[in-house]
Parts: sequence; C-alpha cells; structure tokens
Amino acid sequence: MKNIAEIRADFPILGRSVYDKPLVYFDNGATTQKPQCVIDALTEVYTSYNANIHRGVHYLSDMSSEAYENSREKVRSFINAGKKEEVVFTSGTTGSINGIAFSFGERYIKPGDEIIISHLEHHANIVPWQMMCERKGAVLRVIPVNDEGEIIFEEYLKMLSSKTKLVSVTQVSNALGTVLPVNEIITAAHSVNAPVLIDGAQGIQHGVVDVKIMDCDFYVFSGHKIYGPTGIGILYGKEKWLSELPPFQGGGDMVDKVTFEKTTYNELPFKFEAGTMNFTGAIGLARALDYVMSIGRIDIAIREKYLLSHATERLSAIKDLKIYGNSVRKIPTISFLLKDIHQYDAGMILDKMGIAVRTGTHCAQPVMDRYGIDGTIRASICFYNTREEIDILAGGIEKVISMFA
Amino acid sequence: MTINEVQDSIIGEFSFFDDWMDKYNLLIDLGKELPVIDPKFKVKDFLIDGCQSKVWLHPDFDEKLISFTADSDAIITRGIVALLIKVLSKRTPEEIISSDLYFIEKIGLRQNLSPTRSNGLLSMVRQMKLYAMAFDAMKK
Repeated sequence: MKNIAEIRADFPILGRSVYDKPLVYFDNGATTQKPQCVIDALTEVYTSYNANIHRGVHYLSDMSSEAYENSREKVRSFINAGKKEEVVFTSGTTGSINGIAFSFGERYIKPGDEIIISHLEHHANIVPWQMMCERKGAVLRVIPVNDEGEIIFEEYLKMLSSKTKLVSVTQVSNALGTVLPVNEIITAAHSVNAPVLIDGAQGIQHGVVDVKIMDCDFYVFSGHKIYGPTGIGILYGKEKWLSELPPFQGGGDMVDKVTFEKTTYNELPFKFEAGTMNFTGAIGLARALDYVMSIGRIDIAIREKYLLSHATERLSAIKDLKIYGNSVRKIPTISFLLKDIHQYDAGMILDKMGIAVRTGTHCAQPVMDRYGIDGTIRASICFYNTREEIDILAGGIEKVISMFA
Repeated sequence: MTINEVQDSIIGEFSFFDDWMDKYNLLIDLGKELPVIDPKFKVKDFLIDGCQSKVWLHPDFDEKLISFTADSDAIITRGIVALLIKVLSKRTPEEIISSDLYFIEKIGLRQNLSPTRSNGLLSMVRQMKLYAMAFDAMKK
C-alpha cells in the first residue's frame, strides 16, 4: 500500500490552506475530494473525445460510447453484479431512490401495502417513499433505533409480514456512522418475499461491497462520495426487477420504437437511461473506482478503523464532549456535541482554524429528533486523513470550549 | 447618533483586530450585551427563517420609534443580531427602511460567513425592514 504521504499527494486539494492554515478536511460524508487521476479523466474526455454517446456514426462518438460502457463494466465488477445490464447510471443516490420509488410504486403497490425504512435514514431514503405511499395509499413503517444508534432488529422482524412490499434501508447511517446489519435485514425480508433496496451512499467507500453475497435487490450510491465526480450515481437492480419495472423517465435513447400511438422501450439498462447521460461523470467514476482498487479496499477499511479508534479516543477524552452513535460497528464518522455550546458556534470557530466539519441535522432530522437535539457537529473521516489532523481537531475543540466557557 | 455614525463606530471597533478569532471574541462579548427578549416572544411567530441557528426577533413600536429585542440559541449569531440592533433599534420606520447597512461588508461579516450563514444575516436585516414597513403603513 502507498504510504500516507503518497496517498495525500494524489489529492491536490489536500495540500491547500484556508485562512492561512492547512486544510483539515473532515467533511467526507458530504463529499470526498478527488485524486488527480479522476480530475485528469474529466480533462481527457473534454480534450480528446467528447461526443454524445450511443448516437453518432463518427469516430469520437464511438470512442466516448465505448468509454462509457467500459465504465459500466468497471462498476459491475466493483460491486460484483452478475451482468452489466443490471448497472444503471443515474444522477446519484437521490436520483436512484426516487426512480425506484416511482417505478416500483407504479408497478406493484396497492393501498394498505407496507414499505419499511429505518429511523437512521437520510431524507433521500425517506421522502421518495413518503411520496410513493401518499400516491398509492401505502403505509410507511420505521424500524426504531436504540440509544447507541443501532436499529432494533427484533422490532424489524415484528414488522415483516405479507403486507411488506419493500424494505429500503441505509448500509451506513450518514449522521451517526452506524453500520447496519444489511445481510440479516435482507435475509429476513426475503423470507416474506419482500425485495430490499440498500442505500450505499455512505457504505460503498468504506469497504468491500458484493451485491451477490449481500443478495440485495437494489443497491444505490453516488460517485462523488467515493472520490468520483458529482452528478453521477449508480442504480444496481437484479435483472428480474429491472425487466419488470417501468422506466421512471421518458426521453431519448431509452426507447426502441416511438410512434404517437405507442412507444416500446429499449433493452436493459438503456430503458432507465433517458436523455444524454452524464458520460463524463461515468468515466470519472470508473477512474475513481480504479483508484480505490489500486489502494485496496481492505487496506482502506483497516486504515479507517485505526483512524476511527484514534479519533474516538481523543474526542471522548474531552470533558463536556458527547458522542452520538456508539455502535461497535461504525465507519469513521463521529457526531458530537459540546455541552451548552451550539453546534453552529463550534463549527464556525473550527472553520476559522481550517477544520472543515459539518454542523446541523445532516439531512437526517428524524435521527436528531430521536435524541431530542437540533443537530450535531459531524467529523467524517476517510483513509486520506491523518492521526495528526485528528489531533488538530481535538485541539480545536478544546479551543472552542475555552472561547465559549 | 445616526445610523451611519453607529455603523462607523462598529467598523472602528472591529478594525482593531486583524485576527478572526479576536473578531469572534468581540462578537461573543456583544452577544452578552444583547437586550433581553421577553421569553413570551420566543415563539414560532417571531422566529426568523433562513438561519442555521434559531433567531427570535421582536419589534416594539411606540408610534414614533421601533425598538427591537432578540435572542439566538447560538452565541455568535446572538452577537451578529446585537450589532444589527445597535444600528437599527430605537429608530423611526423611515430611518430603518432607508438605511444602507454597509458595515456588514466593511467588518468582513459577509465574505467571512458562508452563503447559508450570510443568508441568515440577510434574513435578519430583511425581517427588520419588513417590520419597519409594516409599522410605517400602520401609521399612514
């Protein structure tokens, strides 16, 4: 594995400073920074072979179409999907979930049917299902969480029944960092024949994801959270579902034959890719996945475990600091509050010290409600962060506490 | 003092400090001097939208001057509101409506606060001006 200095050198932005202080970037849960190879991939497209995909008879269009389809293959292999046809490009996790919520609702959902989500979901895995339930007269059920920020599995089992038509849960809580027992969730859902969608937005970048072993029916994630470009995301779906589901958008390229009387749809995966896709983003994403593979997903996970344990140790030692989310299964995300100090005040002062954290509800208001708080300060760490940066954060927090004391 | 004289004195006060930490410390101290809002006004009706932290702002009009009291759950925000109140409280509606708040730019509050936070600040100013317009209309 590359050493940490070599890894950091791959990410040009990590070398910059803000307010004359070296940048300490702990907002990786919101978006990750990009390695030079991803930035280069985008430049290469625009400087050497930019042309719309699947349309032209010309050389450049062939080149870009091929690069786009090769990217699909890269994603397929990265998540170990059975077929390329099961990998659909979207605009991101939000786009993927909205698409499935729409199509699945149209095809299968009747009044009284139930959809199960958890109390740990990001708004992107709540609102689309609420909209669908409202449209279809279905019922949204929510798996509760305990004080540590883990779902209460027995309660989930009690919810499952023949009324359950789909379970949609996150792999990892974006607000607390908890890793959910997705394999067990999926097995249980399948025992009542309910398919499962896994929101991998915070999971894909922190370990090995194998959709075959997981046996999920849908897996979705965003490119920008795994060191790729923004505006590109993935919807993986088992072929049997994707074949049966109607498209969620109509337009060019997703059609087979169009007349004013009737339109027949293109084959998978193109049925779900209406209009000009973000092929540049797809190519950049493939390059990011290559990069992750070159570092090694196991090595990334090991390094992140070490950073999490250092951060947890340093932060828990601070008097008046309370960590929210204390599961033993976590990614290196630490959500915390400083007694009596508003998270917004703390975030502003940390910012001035060059430390980027997120404050607020992290698009997961129900999680905050569960703890009776307005928000937290969230340090979301990833493999390119260092022990020293964690020490700077700990020092910064001490300074915040002294300023507001 | 006129609105502009108060603004100039604030600019002078902030110009003593080069370091942002010192400016924040000043804001924290200013927050402590904020005229206390009656707890009964710390309700949804007086909450300002568009801020990351909660800000309650209450206007009182004695047929001549508008007085503001406010509070926030975040201390730095309370300091920012305190500055606005220093400038705009105990003024006539006309003065508030026609005021040009150049001090925000001058003391570096706008460019040093991120857009969402800056919007919070602008929401406060807008709300104060809206109250002034409402009282002005009532008078006429």
